[in-house]
Amino acid sequence: MQPAPSLLLFSTLSGAGYGLLFVLGLAVLLGIVPPAPLPGLLGLGTALALITAGLVASLGHLRRKERAWRAVSQWRSSWLSREGVAALLTFLPAGLLALFWVFGGRAPWPLALLAATGAAVTVVCTGMIYQSLPPIPRWHQPTTTPVYLCLALASGSVLAALLAGPWVELAIPAFHLLALLTLPLAWAVKWWWWRSGDLASPSATIGTATGLAPLGKVRLLEPPHTSSNYLMKEMGFRVARKHAARLRQIALVLGLAVPWLLILVAAWAPSPWFAVLLTALAAAATLTGTLVERWLFFAEAKHTMSLYYGEQAA
Amino acid sequence: MTMLPAAPSPRRLGLVIDLDTCVGCQACVVVCKEWNTGGYGAPLADEPAYGAGPSGTWLNRVHGFEAGSGADGRMVHFPKSCLHCENAHCVTVCPTGASFKRAADGIVLVDEDKCIGCGLCAWACPYGARELDSQAGVMKKCTLCVDRIEATDLPESEREPACVRTCPATARHFGDLADPDSKVSRLVAERGGFDLMAELGYRPTNKYLPPRPGRRGDGQPEAALEDASPNGGFLGWLDKVLS
Repeated sequence: MQPAPSLLLFSTLSGAGYGLLFVLGLAVLLGIVPPAPLPGLLGLGTALALITAGLVASLGHLRRKERAWRAVSQWRSSWLSREGVAALLTFLPAGLLALFWVFGGRAPWPLALLAATGAAVTVVCTGMIYQSLPPIPRWHQPTTTPVYLCLALASGSVLAALLAGPWVELAIPAFHLLALLTLPLAWAVKWWWWRSGDLASPSATIGTATGLAPLGKVRLLEPPHTSSNYLMKEMGFRVARKHAARLRQIALVLGLAVPWLLILVAAWAPSPWFAVLLTALAAAATLTGTLVERWLFFAEAKHTMSLYYGEQAA
Repeated sequence: MTMLPAAPSPRRLGLVIDLDTCVGCQACVVVCKEWNTGGYGAPLADEPAYGAGPSGTWLNRVHGFEAGSGADGRMVHFPKSCLHCENAHCVTVCPTGASFKRAADGIVLVDEDKCIGCGLCAWACPYGARELDSQAGVMKKCTLCVDRIEATDLPESEREPACVRTCPATARHFGDLADPDSKVSRLVAERGGFDLMAELGYRPTNKYLPPRPGRRGDGQPEAALEDASPNGGFLGWLDKVLS
């Protein structure tokens, strides 16, 4: 599948934003964060900015952007539509929470609960868009949505650790601990997803796609056209498979190893500003690792359509 | 709108494609483009239309496969267009209601005025039957020539999809697959018509008829040629000289 930059940016940035929103909502419910204006502004401001940036990037994927408003209408059947509805609805409690927190000096728990729920539901919808597609076997597995959820939570935790920094007086480095827990969890789920995708037997073959299997081995002899087309560009992308193993290592190092060690050191760093520097590096590494992971998510995925263009199994 | 019809449609219009008789002449491909670039919805773009390596939107394409090997190997021409599935995920994934399946006859269509060009329906189609038009920015697909089969100003004999009407080998058949007595249903029953990638559960309406068994004698080598002239004479002498 073609890794479109608009979609990679969307799920990475919005994913981190929703993760942060979820963690902040949780923090309010647990009473960890004092409802002072500054943490509210930093935390919710960053979360909403990331969410909005990702959503705007995703519009770049639409060829007829002026009709984007229509996309919220089919929530009864379409996960993409549900994602749009959930994303828009989440802005309400998240925005109100930000207003109360920054200007009112208090964070009402019902708003925090609604915002955290909205964030989780939106990310579930994102994962389900991919998970619900039978023609792409690597996406059509039950761990796809958990991967999206866990990576969003891990990125959000790292960002929360960064933003807590020296500005928020916490009794314990709660966000650092959360990041240290959720990072390995997320990448363990991702590792499982990679392994099960690698080991899965093909969903379909060139023999079942053409129905010619009873005649013997089937191979493409004459493609239907001499140059490329939309299908081959959009769904026949296979540049990454050659470097898949190396790119997975890069994603694991940048997304897991580097931020985990940096946050571990930052949690006990002597100077708060040194800790902020380390956590900022950790956040940058997490987002870059997630971006590599998202790129591979698309680039490694094979569509059954490619069986009509010479692939033997998908 | 993008919910699938609650009940199976009373009619299931579709194609039956005979892989035995298709000669791969591409006439159906060309006539499809010709009819549909001026018919339902936006024209079908080609870019660059007159340059090297043109890439365009086509609703019907003929692939060429080789099946089997050695003396049993054969070339199979394989026309492919939208299969108008019963369980059409391309319809349910659509966020805008542009994709829909008609309750009366099961034809899957795109309302191009509502399409936002997100491409998700093309991802959801296992057969690669939907193509996003590079110029109109909306999804294009086979309409079963709804603007022909329902055109009361056309003579009755012409109210069938352009590809079916043009096929010189009669490899394409159009009809109601919900009616067990229709011509297409009988063909499917007699010839063992099958679904493409049935394991994915899309339940396509279009059926394919398998190539008939080969006529080359189970891969046995050809018998030796008969004696040219067993009675001698000039031909016998020539046979001896040439042997």
